[in-house]
Amino acid sequence: MTALFYVLLAIVIAVALWQIVSIFNLKGVIATEKDNNTQGILFAAFGIFFYGLMIFSFWKYSVVLLPESASFEGVRVDNLYYVTMVLILFVQAITQFLLFYFAFKYRGIKGRKALFYADSHKLEMIWTIVPAVVLAGLVLYGLSVWNDVMDASDAENPLIIEVYAKQFQWEARYAGTDNELGRANVRNIKGINTMGVDMTDKNSFDDVPTRELHLPKGRQIIFKFRSQDVLHSAYMPHFRAQMNCVPGMVTQFSFTPSMTTEEMRANEKTIAKVAGINKIRAEKGEDPYEFDYLLLCNKICGSSHYNMQMKIIVEEEAQFNSWLNNQKTIAEIVQ
Amino acid sequence: MSDHHHKETFITKYVFSTDHKMISKQYLITGIFMGIIGVFMSMLFRLQIAWPDTSFSLIEAFLGRHQDGGVMSPDMYLALVTIHGTIMVFFVLTAGLSGTFSNLLIPLQIGARDMASGFLNMVSYWLFFLSSVIMVFSLFIEAGPASAGWTIYPPLSALPQAIPGSGLGMTLWLVSMAIFIASSLLGALNYIVTILNLRTIGMKMTRLPLTIWAFFVTAIIGVVSFPVLLSAALLLIFDRSFGTSFYLSDIFIQGEVLHYQGGSPVLFEHLFWFLGHPEVYIVILPAMGIVSEIIATNSRKPIFGYRAMIGSIIAIAFLSTVVWGHHMFVSGMNPFLGSVFTFTTLLIAIPSAVKAFNWITTLWKGNLQMNPAMLFSIGFVSTFISGGLTGLVLGDSALDINVHDTYFVVAHFHLVMGVSAIYGMFAGVYHWFPKMYGRMMNKALGYWHFWITLVAAYGVFFPMHFVGLAGLPRRYYANTAFPLFDDVADINVVITLFAILGGAAQLIFLANFFISIYKGKKAVQNPWKSNTLEWTTPVKHIHGNWPGEIPAVHRWAYDYSKPGLEEDFVSQITPLYEGEEES
Repeated sequence: MTALFYVLLAIVIAVALWQIVSIFNLKGVIATEKDNNTQGILFAAFGIFFYGLMIFSFWKYSVVLLPESASFEGVRVDNLYYVTMVLILFVQAITQFLLFYFAFKYRGIKGRKALFYADSHKLEMIWTIVPAVVLAGLVLYGLSVWNDVMDASDAENPLIIEVYAKQFQWEARYAGTDNELGRANVRNIKGINTMGVDMTDKNSFDDVPTRELHLPKGRQIIFKFRSQDVLHSAYMPHFRAQMNCVPGMVTQFSFTPSMTTEEMRANEKTIAKVAGINKIRAEKGEDPYEFDYLLLCNKICGSSHYNMQMKIIVEEEAQFNSWLNNQKTIAEIVQ
Repeated sequence: MSDHHHKETFITKYVFSTDHKMISKQYLITGIFMGIIGVFMSMLFRLQIAWPDTSFSLIEAFLGRHQDGGVMSPDMYLALVTIHGTIMVFFVLTAGLSGTFSNLLIPLQIGARDMASGFLNMVSYWLFFLSSVIMVFSLFIEAGPASAGWTIYPPLSALPQAIPGSGLGMTLWLVSMAIFIASSLLGALNYIVTILNLRTIGMKMTRLPLTIWAFFVTAIIGVVSFPVLLSAALLLIFDRSFGTSFYLSDIFIQGEVLHYQGGSPVLFEHLFWFLGHPEVYIVILPAMGIVSEIIATNSRKPIFGYRAMIGSIIAIAFLSTVVWGHHMFVSGMNPFLGSVFTFTTLLIAIPSAVKAFNWITTLWKGNLQMNPAMLFSIGFVSTFISGGLTGLVLGDSALDINVHDTYFVVAHFHLVMGVSAIYGMFAGVYHWFPKMYGRMMNKALGYWHFWITLVAAYGVFFPMHFVGLAGLPRRYYANTAFPLFDDVADINVVITLFAILGGAAQLIFLANFFISIYKGKKAVQNPWKSNTLEWTTPVKHIHGNWPGEIPAVHRWAYDYSKPGLEEDFVSQITPLYEGEEES
């Protein structure tokens, strides 16, 4: 690929030089019938190349895409995505075809007169109303998914977890047995109380601070996000989840994990993707990679923005409970 | 203006000129210069993305203390993407595109001797020049230029503790942009006043070429939205320098609590995107106008649906001011607002679809003259559709959650407003070069330039969608910390190779442009057999544009191949023939 590229580049430079030198001799500045013919054919050729590129990309690159959603809400998002993608590709295929085909078919011929066709209300009505109807459907569908994802008010016994961002690290705090987070503010940050939890609030005592996210499968989780310094964004691509962490404000996002880490590792698409990754890693002499869910920062936050991540482990509720019970509460840590 | 023959010195003719044609050339040359910087920066950071931790002598040569053994520093990477974005969006695609062609074409196509205020026009250019100088100067300061992303979200942009670029670099960025906004407002007011008041006899609004309609509406959006960015920047300056808390609250950084209390970065996001989104249309509408004009001329056909084209420009402009929230679906604002902005955003697809279909229908049964300008216009339609369609994903709040701030977004907006607008600009340069310099650009070089650029642009941005759909966030210095993304490394190499190819192809354009200024074939008065008024002026520029009276206009701009007429074009100044009906 690289060699091919250098060859291409050399050709380009050679051609450019040759053309630039000959510019003084070239009298042609306006397209002739011959140019129209050549360029029209080139458009047809490009159209074919373009479809080839699209098909090639889908064939070759689909393996890198994210596997199916690991949250129930994300499944609805994915369905909306597929519907939208089919629509996009349909319109793309038709319009690009017409564009390149017309460029080829109607390339200029001397003496031919173009059709004087300035207006057609019927046509314009069609391509105003059809998109309007399709978009109305898309908007309604999209909004129903959006409301479903964003509205956590009807959650039954949700698990409340605070995700805390700072340059360049994630922390988390579980709400504990009372399932209520204690108050917190950056002004309380001191020593090992790195998240600024207010220890005068009795809801704080049983909160559990961690550096790793464990989530129980099948239980709705409400994340509360805070930031200590600048904007960050908590991005959990496998769950189709993202929310900015804003200093001075608590933001929220919610989802229900549907697959444990183990189940996702056994997923067909994940296996194919991991195999691809490990092939590349083996070539570079690096250790094999094992799949894990990730929380990563997706809002530019400073020099080490590209390093800011936290592992997420989804497990069965029983396993999760035993893990959580083994963690120290903040009262135990601070005192 | 009454005296067309006053003596001009070198200074008044070439430097502090009040002649719109000279100012237009000044904008173009400055824009091209800034474009070279902006594109070159993208080459540098694409090297880093494709081959992280690899040493490049190019990087060693250019980045000085911001690199280590030919590997750029993470801060410099962020600075490069920040300044690349700023330069391309504002200095190239706003000033360079709109400044060049609004100045050149408004007086010439409406039949005016110059802009309403030549003086303000001159001030506008020199403010732009000053802001460019400051922006370029900021690249050379000790701590490096602004590096909080072109959207400069606080607190990152407000606190020098958060990133080195938020010290003097950010101050210079803000000063430069404040001057830029002043320049752009003076320009826009001038365009509006000129178009409304200085049209020649018979030039009704419904006879204006679509270029003028596009420039007119663009100027209006600019006047409505740029002041909001100015106010956002001023408040940010206050927070940075005078201790106010408009955008800042509850911050603990580098071991200390800052005093800020009660502000919100989300306020900044609202203010920024109230300009930021209309800005996309400030960039793309002039390109649309240029493309409409060039497609009609070179298809030898009237533009299809002239009134629908005007209507869609106005609809897009109106909607552009009520969709800014789609940049903020995951900012923490109320989800109900997300619903509203999804609705308004997807509405924009309707007028956009109308425009795309109208361009395609204009080609249908035409007699296409494949001049370089025409190729770029067809390329524009292609990239505009390819990039615009993915807007259906990003504008839909539920789908945006997972692709927000990934490379999917980068691919989308580069195709729809970056590549497309640049194509509009190239098309405009090839088409109106004879009007600007009295000479023609070379055709063969134009063809090479177009085809390599088109292949490279798709080679860069089509695969990039997949990188985004794999979940890779943008603005990552490297993804070496994530084995998860090891498999997109190959795609990133392909993208970088095409980017270098595309960048190199621009050398063909530069050579063609600068050599043609001096050595190009002498232009005839109306080389493209066009109907519009600018081609009725003499090839050699004169102050005041027309030697005698300004001609009156008798018809619209698109009487191409009208049945019953001998030629396939009729200048707007030709009276209706006997028995001929106005189109």
